[in-house]
Amino acid sequence: MSISRRLLTPGLPTNIVEIQMDRTAEKRGALMAGGKTLTRADLSEVVYQKVGLSRTESAALVELVLKEISESLARGEHVKLSSFGSFIVRSKGRRIGRNPKTGEEVPIEPRRVMVFKPSNIMKARINDGKARS
Amino acid sequence: MIKSELVQKIAEANPHLYQRDVENIIEAILDEITMALARGDRVELRGFGAFSVKSRPARMGRNPRTGEQVRVSEKVVPYFKTGKEMRDRLNAPRR
Repeated sequence: MSISRRLLTPGLPTNIVEIQMDRTAEKRGALMAGGKTLTRADLSEVVYQKVGLSRTESAALVELVLKEISESLARGEHVKLSSFGSFIVRSKGRRIGRNPKTGEEVPIEPRRVMVFKPSNIMKARINDGKARS
Repeated sequence: MIKSELVQKIAEANPHLYQRDVENIIEAILDEITMALARGDRVELRGFGAFSVKSRPARMGRNPRTGEQVRVSEKVVPYFKTGKEMRDRLNAPRR
């Protein structure tokens, strides 16, 4: 694996490629070790433990928070949650796409999409304690 | 909508809760999502979307002003994928 990687990036000095390799392997390991998927149930549990409402009420509130955020976005508003990030609704124009299998051209109609822009605080918290040079 | 407006809406719908409690609830939810991502976990909220992290490998960057080469170390970035139901709702005819 390290050989093929080196061949793919002939322009880089070998030592740099190696450092990069090690880090990637390390990180991949770390991500695998985490690798769990949290759901609404986990968020409700946190609310239950931190705020001291009943489990039923905690679950209902998690649901309500998501509902309010979604409804605001569906109205086309941006949702800014300071220190977390922003959900932004963007309007995309019509463009010509292509079916990658058949190569056939298909029109993609104008549509609205939503993107999440993480705050700098969130980005910093996620990188905290992770590989840094 | 900003966070304080979200707090207010939820407080109005739940008159038995103090505004402080509502703030704590929202903070707890957002904090847990961030901490999960910091651990490398995913957070999947059906009908809304899923948060995950992607790692960006170390690379050689350039200071655009001086043209000087700098090493950019590897980093992890948060990523959000909109859920199917949410995508549909964004494009549903309104009213």
